[in-house]
Amino acid sequence: MSETAVELKNITKTFGRVRANYNVSLEIKKGEILALLGENGSGKTTLMNMLSGIYFPDEGQIFIDGKEVVISSPKIAFELGIGMVHQHFKLVDVLTATENIILGLEGRLNKKEAKEKIKEICDKYGFDIDPDQKIYDMSVSQKQTVEIVKVLYRGANILILDEPTAVLTPQESEKLFNVMRNMKADGKALVIITHKMHEVEAISDRVAVLRKGEYVGSMMTKDTNAAEMTNMMVGRTVALNIRRPKPVNPKPRIEISNLSVRNIDGIEKLKNVSFTANSGEILGIAGISGCGQKELLEAIAGLQPAESGSIKYIKDDGTTEELLGNDPRRIEELGVALSFVPEDRLGMGLVGNMDLSDNMMLRSFRNGKSVFTDRKTPHDLAENVVDDLEVVTPSIETPVRRLSGGNVQKILVGREIAHAPTVLLTAYAVRGLDINSSYTIYDLINKQKEKGVAVIFVGEDLDVLLELSDKILVLCGGEVSGIVEAEKTDKNEVGLMMTQISK
Amino acid sequence: MKKSKSEPLFHITKRDVMPWYKTWGIRAAAIVAALIVCGIITTITTGLNPFSVYASFVQGAFGSGRKVWITFQNMSILLIISLALTPAFKMRFWNIGGEGQVLVGALATAACMILLGDKIPNVLLILVMTVAALGAGAIWGLIPALFKAKWNTNETLSTLMMNYIATQIVAFFTVVWEVPKGSFTVGIINQATNAGWLPQLFGSKYLLPIVIALAVTAAMYVYLKYSKHGYEIAVVGESEKTAKYVGMKTGKIIIRTMILSGALCGLAGFLLVGGINHTITTTINSGQGFTAVMVSWLAKFNPITMIFTSFLIIFLERGAGEISTNFGLNQSFADILTGIILFFIIGCEFFISYRIVFRKKKETTSEK
Repeated sequence: MSETAVELKNITKTFGRVRANYNVSLEIKKGEILALLGENGSGKTTLMNMLSGIYFPDEGQIFIDGKEVVISSPKIAFELGIGMVHQHFKLVDVLTATENIILGLEGRLNKKEAKEKIKEICDKYGFDIDPDQKIYDMSVSQKQTVEIVKVLYRGANILILDEPTAVLTPQESEKLFNVMRNMKADGKALVIITHKMHEVEAISDRVAVLRKGEYVGSMMTKDTNAAEMTNMMVGRTVALNIRRPKPVNPKPRIEISNLSVRNIDGIEKLKNVSFTANSGEILGIAGISGCGQKELLEAIAGLQPAESGSIKYIKDDGTTEELLGNDPRRIEELGVALSFVPEDRLGMGLVGNMDLSDNMMLRSFRNGKSVFTDRKTPHDLAENVVDDLEVVTPSIETPVRRLSGGNVQKILVGREIAHAPTVLLTAYAVRGLDINSSYTIYDLINKQKEKGVAVIFVGEDLDVLLELSDKILVLCGGEVSGIVEAEKTDKNEVGLMMTQISK
Repeated sequence: MKKSKSEPLFHITKRDVMPWYKTWGIRAAAIVAALIVCGIITTITTGLNPFSVYASFVQGAFGSGRKVWITFQNMSILLIISLALTPAFKMRFWNIGGEGQVLVGALATAACMILLGDKIPNVLLILVMTVAALGAGAIWGLIPALFKAKWNTNETLSTLMMNYIATQIVAFFTVVWEVPKGSFTVGIINQATNAGWLPQLFGSKYLLPIVIALAVTAAMYVYLKYSKHGYEIAVVGESEKTAKYVGMKTGKIIIRTMILSGALCGLAGFLLVGGINHTITTTINSGQGFTAVMVSWLAKFNPITMIFTSFLIIFLERGAGEISTNFGLNQSFADILTGIILFFIIGCEFFISYRIVFRKKKETTSEK
C-alpha cells in the first residue's frame, strides 16, 4: 500500500571537521508519518535541510518518486513538492496570513483567489485560521498553522516538521496531531522531528533513528517502546526517570508580591504576580512561551525594571533585602548569592567567541584589587567543570560556540552553581538538549535543591515539570493562573491553566 | 535532465581552523598573486618593466638611511592611531573619528607652543602640551561616547562628523595664527627658540615617536589582554546583553574606553606637531585617522600584529609615492597598485575561513 515518496541514498555532509551526516540512507513513504529521532547534533535537521534545499549534500543521491533529483535550492524543493516547517517561523509580522502564504510566489497577485484556495486547504485538513488576520495578532500555534498551510499551498506532498510541538500546549499539540493524521490519510508523506517520546508513540507510524550523523535503523512504532528508542539513540541503556527528593526543611527564600512589569515597548508582561519560593524546593514555572517567564526571571536577577511590586530575599537570619531596583552587581554586593541560567545561553549567559576559561571569568573577574584579571582561578574552574560534568571539548581554550548545545549548557550551569548559590533561576534549562544531557542537568538541579537552594525552574515540557518540581506555578498571559502541588496534579489540569485564568 | 536541476558548479563550505603555517601560506600566496597582477597591469598600461617598478617601490621605503627613518617615523604615528582606535573597535564602537581626535590634539599642542612658548620653562611647556593634547583628544572621543551611552545614537555618524568640526576649528586657528599675514599657514612655530620642540633621543630626531609607539603597543597589548578593563571591553563588544547580565555598566565602559581612545589619538597629534612638523595645518594628519581603521582591522585588533600591518601600509604608501615620481606616473597609478595589493590581502581571508568545492565529474550511476 505504501509507495516510497523519498529515498535518500548514502548522503554525507560535513561542516569543516564536523561530520553532520555520514552515509545516511533513508526512505520516506507516502501516507505515513515518520518520526526522526536522534540526540542533539545527530544530524536530523541537517539531513532534512538537504531535502528542503537549504544545504547541498557533499555526497549521495536523492530520489523523489523513484527519480533521481538534484535539490540545489529551496525553490527546487518546492517544485518537487517538499515543504519544511522550521522551528523558528519565517513570517512577516505586519502582513496577514494570506499575504504571508502567497509571499514570494510568481505570477499574478490575486488575493481573493488565494484566500479561497487557503479556505479549501483549511477545510480539507481541519486547520483553523482567519486568512485576514495579521501575524502579530496570532498566537504561536496559529503562526505555526500559517507555516503549515503555506507549504501545503505550494503543493507540498512531503512535509517536514522540525520540533513542531516545542512551543505548543498539550491541547494545541493534540490539534496539530489531528491535522497531521488528516494529511496522512490524504496520502502525504510526513516527517516529524521531536524529542518527546510520548509524542512519537502517539503520532508516528515508523521511527528512524540517527546517532552521531549515522543512520542506526528504523522500526514500526507499534513494535517498539520509549526505552528501546532511547537506547538506540544514545547507543547504550539509559534510565528514564527523574528523582524527586523530599524537600528538607523548606523556608521562604524569595517572596514576590504584586509584581507588574512592562517591557521596553510598554506592553504589560507581568500583572500582579505574587508567590514565594522556598529553599530546598524546586518551583516549576509552566506557561506557553512568552507569557512573562523571561521577564519574571530577569526581574528577580536584576535585569528587568518593574512597574510596581516587590521582590524580597529572605536571609537565613530572617532579615530581608529588596532586590527590585538593583542591578546584578548590586545584588551580589548585598550578599545574595543568586545564579541565573538564562534562556539565551550564547547571547546572554556566555560569550560565544570566548573560550571556556574566559567564560568562567564572567562571574569572577572583579575579584581582587589588582587592575589585572586573575586568570588561574577561572581556568581551574573550567577544568573542574569539564571533568565533573563530562563536557566534551577539544580544550579549555576552545570558543564555547564551537561546542554542542548540551556541552554549552553544562558550561553555563557549571559556572552558575560553582559559586554556591542560595537561589538558582533556570530558563528552559534543557531546551534543545538531548536526553542524556537533559538528565545530567536534572540531576545537577536536584543536587542544588538538596543543598537547600531555592530553585525556580522555567520549563516547557510538562512531563518533566510534573516529575521534577515540588510545586508548579502556571503563568497565563503574564498572570498567575494557579500554583499547584506537582504530585497532586496532571498534565491536563496544568495545560488548561496555561490557556485560561481559572475562577 | 532539466537544466535548472543540475548540480551547482561549486558550493562553499566552512573550513575548520587551519594551522598557523597554512594561513600564513595563503597570505603569502595572496601577496605573490597581487604582485603578478600588478606586474601585468603595469606592463599593459605603461609598458614599463614591472621589475624595475617593484625595485623602485622598495627604494621608496628603504632607498637611503633617511628614507628608512622616515618610513619608521610615519609608521609609528600610524601605529599609535591604530592602537588608539583598537579598544573602541574591540568594544564594537565604530570610532572613525580618529582624524578629528588627532587634529584637536595637534591643535592643543600648537596652541600651547604659540601662546606659552616664551613664558614658561621648556620642560614645563612640554608637560602642559602633553596634558593639553591628551585632554583635547579625550574630549573629542568623549562627546560621541556620551551620546551613545545616554541616547544610543549612532557612533559611526557622530564620530565622523566630529572630524569635520575639528578640521574647521583648525582652519579657523590657522588664520588666527597665520605667519606671515595672508599666507593661511602657521609656519614653523618657535623656529628661533625651539620652545616646545620635543627633544631628540640619542641624537636622532626620528627615534622618539618610534620608541613611544612601541611602548604604547606593549601597554595596549597588556591592557586588552590581561586587565579587568580589557576583559570588560571584550565582553561589551561581544554581547551587551551578557555584559548587563554580569552587572557591567556598559555606558560607563563605553565612556571610559572612548576617553582612552581619544587621548591616544591626541598623543599622535602631539607628536606630529611637537616632534615632527612643528606646525599645524588641516591636513597634518593626511587621512591617517581613516587608514588606521584598516590597519586595526587587518591586524584583527591584535596590537602586536598591528606593527606589521602598519608597516605594510606605510611601505605601500611610500613605495607608491616613489614610483609616481620616478617614472613620471601620477599618484593615481600608485593608488591603483596599492588598491590591488590590499584587495588580495583582505580577500585572502575568505579562503582562510571557507573552502570552495567544485562540481565533481558525474559519477556513473546506473540506477535510474
